[in-house]
Amino acid sequence: MTSELDIFVGNTTLIDEDVYRLWLDGYSVSDAVALRVRSGILEQTGATAAVLQSDTMDHYRTFHMLERLLHAPPKLLHQLIFQIPPSRQALLIERYYAFDEAFVREVLGKKLSKGTKKDLDDISTKTGITLKSCRRQFDNFKRVFKVVEEMRGSLVDNIQQHFLLSDRLSRDYAAIVFFANNRFETGKKKLQYLSFGDFAFCAELMIQNWTLGAVDSQVDDMDVDLDKEFLQDLKELKVLVADKDLLDLHKSVVCTALRGKLSVFSEMEANFKNLSRGLVNVAAKLIHNKDVRDLFVDLVEKFVEPCRSDHWPLSDVRLFLNQYSASVHSLDGFRHQALWDRYMGTLRGCLLRLYHD
Amino acid sequence: MPGKLKVKIVAGRHLPVMDRASDLTDAFVEVKFGNTTFKTDVYLKSLNPQWNSEWFKFEVDDEDLQDEPLQITVLDHDTYSANDAIGKVYIDIDPLLYSEAATVISGWFPIYDTIHGIRGEINVIVKVDLFNDLNRFRQSSCGVKFFCTTSIPKCYRAVIIHGFVEELVVNEDPEYQWIDRIRTPRASNEARQRLISLMSGELQRKIGLKVLEMRGNAVVGYLQCFDLEGESGLVVRAIGTACTLDKLSSPAAFLPACNSPCKEMKESPLVHPPSHGCRSTQNSPIHTATGSRLTQNFSVSVPTLIYTGMGSGSAGKEGGPFKALLRQQTQSALEQREFPFFTLTAFPPGFLVHVGGVVSARSVKLLDRIHNPDEPETRDAWWAEIRQEIKSHAKALGCHAVVGYSESTSICEEVCILSASGTAAVLNPRFLQDGTVEGCLEQRLEENLPVGCGFCHIPYDELNMPFPAHLTYCYNCRKQKVPDVLFTTIDLPTDATVIGKGCLIQARLCRLKKKAQAEANATAISNLLPFMEYEVHTQLMNKLKLKGMNALFGLRIQITVGENMLMGLASATGVYLAALPTPGGIQIAGKTPNDSSYEQHISHMQKKINDTIAKNKELYEINPPETSEEVIGSPIPEPRQRSRLLRSQSESSDEVIELDLSHGKKDAFVLEIDDTDAMEDVHSLLTDVPPPSGFYSCNTEIMPGINNWTSEIQMFTSVRVIRLSSLNLTNQALNKNFNDLCENLLKSLYFKLRSMIPCCLCHVNFTVSLPEDELIQVTVTAVAITFDKNQALQTTKTHIEKSLQRASTDNEELLQFPLELCSDSLPSHPFPPAKEHLESASSNSGIPAAQRATSVDYSSFADRCSSWIELIKLKAQTIRRGSIKTTVTVEKASPMGEGNFRNRSAPPCANSTVGVVKMTPLSFIPGAKITKYLGIINMFFIRETTSLREEGGVSGFLHAFIAEVFAMVRAHVAALGGNAVVSYIMKQCVFMENPNKNQAQCLINVSGDAVVFVRESDLEVASTQQAAATCQPLCTGGEVTT
Repeated sequence: MTSELDIFVGNTTLIDEDVYRLWLDGYSVSDAVALRVRSGILEQTGATAAVLQSDTMDHYRTFHMLERLLHAPPKLLHQLIFQIPPSRQALLIERYYAFDEAFVREVLGKKLSKGTKKDLDDISTKTGITLKSCRRQFDNFKRVFKVVEEMRGSLVDNIQQHFLLSDRLSRDYAAIVFFANNRFETGKKKLQYLSFGDFAFCAELMIQNWTLGAVDSQVDDMDVDLDKEFLQDLKELKVLVADKDLLDLHKSVVCTALRGKLSVFSEMEANFKNLSRGLVNVAAKLIHNKDVRDLFVDLVEKFVEPCRSDHWPLSDVRLFLNQYSASVHSLDGFRHQALWDRYMGTLRGCLLRLYHD
Repeated sequence: MPGKLKVKIVAGRHLPVMDRASDLTDAFVEVKFGNTTFKTDVYLKSLNPQWNSEWFKFEVDDEDLQDEPLQITVLDHDTYSANDAIGKVYIDIDPLLYSEAATVISGWFPIYDTIHGIRGEINVIVKVDLFNDLNRFRQSSCGVKFFCTTSIPKCYRAVIIHGFVEELVVNEDPEYQWIDRIRTPRASNEARQRLISLMSGELQRKIGLKVLEMRGNAVVGYLQCFDLEGESGLVVRAIGTACTLDKLSSPAAFLPACNSPCKEMKESPLVHPPSHGCRSTQNSPIHTATGSRLTQNFSVSVPTLIYTGMGSGSAGKEGGPFKALLRQQTQSALEQREFPFFTLTAFPPGFLVHVGGVVSARSVKLLDRIHNPDEPETRDAWWAEIRQEIKSHAKALGCHAVVGYSESTSICEEVCILSASGTAAVLNPRFLQDGTVEGCLEQRLEENLPVGCGFCHIPYDELNMPFPAHLTYCYNCRKQKVPDVLFTTIDLPTDATVIGKGCLIQARLCRLKKKAQAEANATAISNLLPFMEYEVHTQLMNKLKLKGMNALFGLRIQITVGENMLMGLASATGVYLAALPTPGGIQIAGKTPNDSSYEQHISHMQKKINDTIAKNKELYEINPPETSEEVIGSPIPEPRQRSRLLRSQSESSDEVIELDLSHGKKDAFVLEIDDTDAMEDVHSLLTDVPPPSGFYSCNTEIMPGINNWTSEIQMFTSVRVIRLSSLNLTNQALNKNFNDLCENLLKSLYFKLRSMIPCCLCHVNFTVSLPEDELIQVTVTAVAITFDKNQALQTTKTHIEKSLQRASTDNEELLQFPLELCSDSLPSHPFPPAKEHLESASSNSGIPAAQRATSVDYSSFADRCSSWIELIKLKAQTIRRGSIKTTVTVEKASPMGEGNFRNRSAPPCANSTVGVVKMTPLSFIPGAKITKYLGIINMFFIRETTSLREEGGVSGFLHAFIAEVFAMVRAHVAALGGNAVVSYIMKQCVFMENPNKNQAQCLINVSGDAVVFVRESDLEVASTQQAAATCQPLCTGGEVTT
């Protein structure tokens, strides 16, 4: 006796969250059954392995049919074939677009192209995430990227509107799209200590302040590209380190203000010029695409690592950066106050986030 | 020209890409009705076209309006080649033809293609302007309402229940051109869909005409079926119950009517005509049935058995003079009808007086290839013959009517088994005819009807019983005789007193059969049928006893014929009726008592069986009434007093019974394990696993013993096909496979729905088919409904308080009659006739029927039948009478009405979002009130694929198709303005595959009633009382007002 056909169709489509997770994680039906058996479900329900097998197959079939719709979530809402309560629809979409931290760290900032897709095998081996799941996550990134890439308006809003994701997940995707578009390098060894959350935080700040959309929401609002004019203008900041008087003045203003407030004052005083040079040079170089890509590498090399080697506490870094950016306003010879604020405001936020072990 | 149909095509969405180059589609729409076609403009390059067309107007006869579906075809415009069809939508405009139903059909419909499935959606608006036509010779029957629901629809009141209507139409099956590869599969499928749609419309119109002829205005319990007879044609047939219904406008207006429906009836201008039945005529303009040969007929009637040719006694022993009068009234009312059948399974209170037992008839026919429309021997005649037999069985049981009536067929190649079954019953004439019954008599009759047990009392003559049965005095009223078990095809009457909960009971059986051709095949099948029927019955009986229950409701026995086997599947809901005696246990007896190991084995089995019975009693809360009183924990003086009073009236006779029974003959139903077959039986009895805790299941509308439904429902269809290994095909192996298939299927359902616990699977409907030699297909449709465990206690309590009040009032009323009745009727029935009967039966029993030569000839029918009866009589001897205990009945909540009523206060579920359409095979929606019936949904779909593997194999293909069917049903209901389908049924699911060719085809036919329901909000709690009355529109009979 063999089962040729075995189906269950409910008027309301049954979604088993546990099986959905197994499916998303890319397990085959037999692996999923084995995992479910291990979870002790048979003992809880008194079911047999055959029942579990049939149930798992059925759910997998349903998910497979739903997958087409999940590629364009608004379709899931309007389609008539599966009657699914709204809360469940939201859950299906949210889980489908959720991604693994380990995976996203591997592809963040990489070009979402076929070439990268080929690397998925290696990523799968490295992270222990099934290839199937890697593919889904990669395809999700790529799909979202394709849809919102050329779109006007707020990146987060666009993602939310076209993929019906939660606010949190939309922001994450905005970061992924932003990183993929600007190809920021995140894979270097010295960046390994950073989490996706760190990068996403920086991405959000940059989108808010450094893109075209940040200046004027009315114009061709492109959230994914950095404001070229702004990058161009950043060269002007060079004067802060090139002009020796200005640099000394800047240092003395900062040191006066912070004396007695920092535990690492002497180290700061000794390192001020190096740090300032580092930060200003990063700004001045951003006009080149290659240097944009290396932004995070530079920030870590030029600022985070020197501070960390001197054991600056985070509170001191904060005090220093606040004072460092604010004191520029009292430098009489410096004319680019607004530009400095746009640059340093964002950078300060990023650096504070990046500064940890 | 009495109708104008107006159609507007608004827009499309999610269309498929038809032009690969541009990834877009140039879509336009053809709207066709009858022979008229309109077209919209082409909307270029869009997957979401906005046609926003003008109103297309069709001026048509109302006859066409009823027959024809509106056909909407979406196409892709192609300048250089033929336009490609994207898909179609068929819209049945019938719901627009009744005044009270939908006024407009408007909404998004899935665009369906028989090869590709659903391909986007189209927004359509349809309206109908009807002109009144007073032509009395008209051929249309617009305005007659159709309901699939097998009870009086919730927002209507039955003024008159006229009776049986039936019709069938026959045509050639267009599929045969497909087989000949004359046209593309798509064209063939579409021709078939369209033809069936047309035939259904015609059938419905003709039935409507008959209803009008009977002066009715509605058909309730409408059941339409297709017989795919292959080369000999396509039959569409329908049966139903004609009624005159009154719309209940508001609960307030309804309440007074509820108390005096008879008055209303007299005022009603409708005079029931001397109805001359409703003989079906073969005047189909399409085609008449092909002539074919009758092969064999045979029939059986069950409770504990059987049709004998004995005349029915209409002496009305149990009721005294009033009952006799009533009987006469009913008789005269019903005898005017050719077939006093009712497709209803639930009735207004007081309608059902007595229930005799299940009557069924089957007949094996050969479908003839010869096409001769003039041949008088048609399918109509076949059915007439079967119905005649059912009628005579009912008569033998002392009943004038058959309720819960249904018909079905099973076809394999050219052999067809026609089956009909129902429950023989005595009905109250009040609803059948008006004005003929004297008011005062009626009044007295009503008071006379015992509450909650009347329907159990035997309708037949005790001295002249149609079969050997064991009669005892009713455990509820103690006045009249009841059988020891009761089998019926109807739902549990709402006023029945039930102890504990019910459960689904199934008997499953397979019999191998030699492959044969034509008549030899038909003969082989005919010879097997009585044995199957008998074994199914025995199995049901054993399982019922094993559950410790004494009655079956909703019994449905399906016999399916295949190339090399016959399958029998009986499903029913077992309950413990308080009025019937406690069932005896099952005793196992061996044949070789000397063998000690054998005896040990037997005693081991016996112990197992006894344990199972005890476990089941606990599981289903079947406690003797005395203990159930204690469980509830409140002293109930009233019923006690009542029972004492009643007993004192019938003291003398009661004593006699108890004496008679106290002979120490301990109950028991003896199973003799004298051969391996019987061993098998015992084993199979014990293999049925009870549902996991928190789950209950039944195949009736409502679960006896559960009355506190919460609002979560989940309707589902599950299909399984297994392939038998051809090597070891023995009856035992087959039985085991089939049993496992069903059990595993149930287990899977319980597992899948575990998140709904505590819940009950209601209306579990199994269908078996044998699509190929070694394939068995089982299709299950049911609904899971959650209920509140905690609430149960409260409700029982409050209900008991209520019933106490009622009981006390009843007491006074009842006192007067029983005195009279007992004095004259009871002493005239000495008890032992049953015993006599048994003896006589055993003396004339002959050779088992199996050994008798059977011939194909119809004339041998009587002969066969009698030998078959003898066989059963032999077995019947092993049934001993159950012991009788004095009982005090506690009235439990009547699940239906009260259940609904309680739901009113249930927390309203998450507000239903736009577009949610509920589907349920039940006639009600828990926690909600149906406010409007929008019309019948009757849809037929074909789906075919030539890329089976790519669509996920057979499972993927069928899964997608069923999901699509649900979607299309929901879309149609939503377009009618409804939010639910009730009485939903999947009548056919024919699946064929050819994996080698990567092909599969499936036909599905579904129907139901589109309704609007309103969820009960907390606000309504105040008006609960009123609302409760509405959901039980006809609360007359049983309730005696003080």
